[in-house]
Amino acid sequence: MDPITVIRSRTVVMPSTNIDTDQIIPARFLTTTVREGLGVSLFADWRYDQAGQPKPDFVLNQPAARGCQVLVAGRNIGCGSSREHAPWALLDFGIRVVISTEIADIFRSNSLKNGLLPVVVDEATHEWLLANPGAEVEVDLPACALRLAEGREVKFPIEAFSRYCLMNGIDELGYLLSQMAAIERYERTREGA
Amino acid sequence: MTAQSLFEKVWQRHVVVPETDDTPAILYIDLHLTHEVTSPQAFDVLRARKLPVRRLDRTLATMDHSTPTDTAQIFGGLPIKLESAARQVRQLEVNCAEFGVNLIGLQDSRRGIVHIIGPEQGATQPGKTIVCGDSHTSTHGAFGALAFGIGTTEVGYVLATQCLLQRKPKTLEIVVNGRLPAGVSAKDVVLAVIGRIGVNGGTGHVIEFRGSAIAAMSMDERMTVCNMSIEAGARAGMIAPDATTHEYLKGRPFAPQGADWDKAVADWNTLRSDAGAVYDKSAAFDAGTLEPMITFGTNPGMVTTISGNVPERPGDAVFAKSLAYMGLTAGERMAEKPVQVVFIGSCTNARISDLEAAAAILRGRKVARGVRALIVPGSQQIKLEAEQRGLAKVFTDAGAEWRESGCSMCLGMNGDLVDAGQYCVSTSNRNFEGRQGIGARTLLASPASAAAAAVRGCVTDPREFLG
Repeated sequence: MDPITVIRSRTVVMPSTNIDTDQIIPARFLTTTVREGLGVSLFADWRYDQAGQPKPDFVLNQPAARGCQVLVAGRNIGCGSSREHAPWALLDFGIRVVISTEIADIFRSNSLKNGLLPVVVDEATHEWLLANPGAEVEVDLPACALRLAEGREVKFPIEAFSRYCLMNGIDELGYLLSQMAAIERYERTREGA
Repeated sequence: MTAQSLFEKVWQRHVVVPETDDTPAILYIDLHLTHEVTSPQAFDVLRARKLPVRRLDRTLATMDHSTPTDTAQIFGGLPIKLESAARQVRQLEVNCAEFGVNLIGLQDSRRGIVHIIGPEQGATQPGKTIVCGDSHTSTHGAFGALAFGIGTTEVGYVLATQCLLQRKPKTLEIVVNGRLPAGVSAKDVVLAVIGRIGVNGGTGHVIEFRGSAIAAMSMDERMTVCNMSIEAGARAGMIAPDATTHEYLKGRPFAPQGADWDKAVADWNTLRSDAGAVYDKSAAFDAGTLEPMITFGTNPGMVTTISGNVPERPGDAVFAKSLAYMGLTAGERMAEKPVQVVFIGSCTNARISDLEAAAAILRGRKVARGVRALIVPGSQQIKLEAEQRGLAKVFTDAGAEWRESGCSMCLGMNGDLVDAGQYCVSTSNRNFEGRQGIGARTLLASPASAAAAAVRGCVTDPREFLG
């Protein structure tokens, strides 16, 4: 995983509320046994017509979306299934930050583990972002800050250890393995072995 | 000592290292259930890091999501038709053999939907922490376990360390008091709860369901309720164990036996919220006022009574888009809406009592012309029991399809699909766009409501069939 520090990008906006992980990546693409290559199937049912051709009116198919790394979504994005294929698909497509007023628990957890930054903002900031698709924003992970036009800065919350891992490009497994003595002690106490 | 909730008691027992400002708690996992869809990439991580599965005795694998429900493809020597699904099933077999994981395989008589066989085998027990790479892991909370869905990266962490890093969630108390009227089921209760608190009402929380209506429920019913906690955004739902729980578990293969059983029950009896336990949020429901429910939209919070109308929300573009997908109009009556498919199955409603409820309506009747009714038992054990007790014959006599167990048409990964534009009354848990097939229109309801729709060929209040 590449370390994340500051991400500068235009935004792409999907104002729908409750965008579930079945939309982000439909179940028929889940028979894969690898993580790679899911970007082409991202939002497949919204993105392609029955003949498999891109729908020109879908936001991710529009020229302005090209190269955007920041997705601004309506409230409660990522609800539903625990499929980690959802952040995998977003990342493979090129999205590195998801901004909303609410982000569902499992999707947020999965995102943090893959270098997809979940950013929760207040209603006013969210409304501004929804109203200004394509806005240039700066997401500063070390400062936990989202910077909008005209120097406006909004702080966002992020769990401390996840932030540490993201900034250093490491996963949590190394830390868990380093705690093996405590885990073994716990097992001995509980299992009476 | 401060009064503790059920969740707090189970959480506290499993803290290996407490949380600090800088680090989450290390939480010990007692039981890890795994399946073919969300595990292959996790096994790859173990391979890459040269790590074994740390606790094989706490790991149980099965296959359910992409498996066929067609008998010939499971037992008849026919290959699994969907090539990518066949590959995934084979990959799980390879991974389990290589790492020594206990696999309940494709032809095993104990196979079934992972959230149905965990309890059925007695592996699901009060006070345990249980995880699985599947959001409906919340089902197991019906036993007073802390059970929640995880992603594939976390599946790898648990395989390697038997632990997860977790921040302590908040608690949400849902009290359901009173007696459910005849014809109103556990599914209707949980749909009513989600309809009120919303699909994000439980985000960041563990739900504890309590009250006299919950205490009066069977384990099957409690599992239906906890199963759909995630549809309210809560990763876990819990119900305190009681005599009903003990009765269900006694004698099951993985349940404690002999003196261990008595010790376990004594311990389980301490697993209830203390008087005065504090919850971060609460909501109360009167069971006596509840009715059969049905969804009309594209998330489980978009729900109304089966005798009700599609609500009107002028000016709400997302709501309008959802209704357009569903082919419904604001203000329209739900009853009498023609349906083309009925699906009775899934980890929400494919247990034996669900099949009984459906059979009570289908017995001596026929599935309406033009309706396809697919009945998929939650496990091979349930299938066998339904066949021995004559329920399967009721279904086939009625003209319904009776299949091998699996997730099937709940998410259509195995090719059991609803066609575009068709309405499907489904006992599953999600009515998301495309969930049951591209363009499929899902109406979530109870097994009785689904069976009633199968007979009449349209959305029907199951109370019409009450004797």
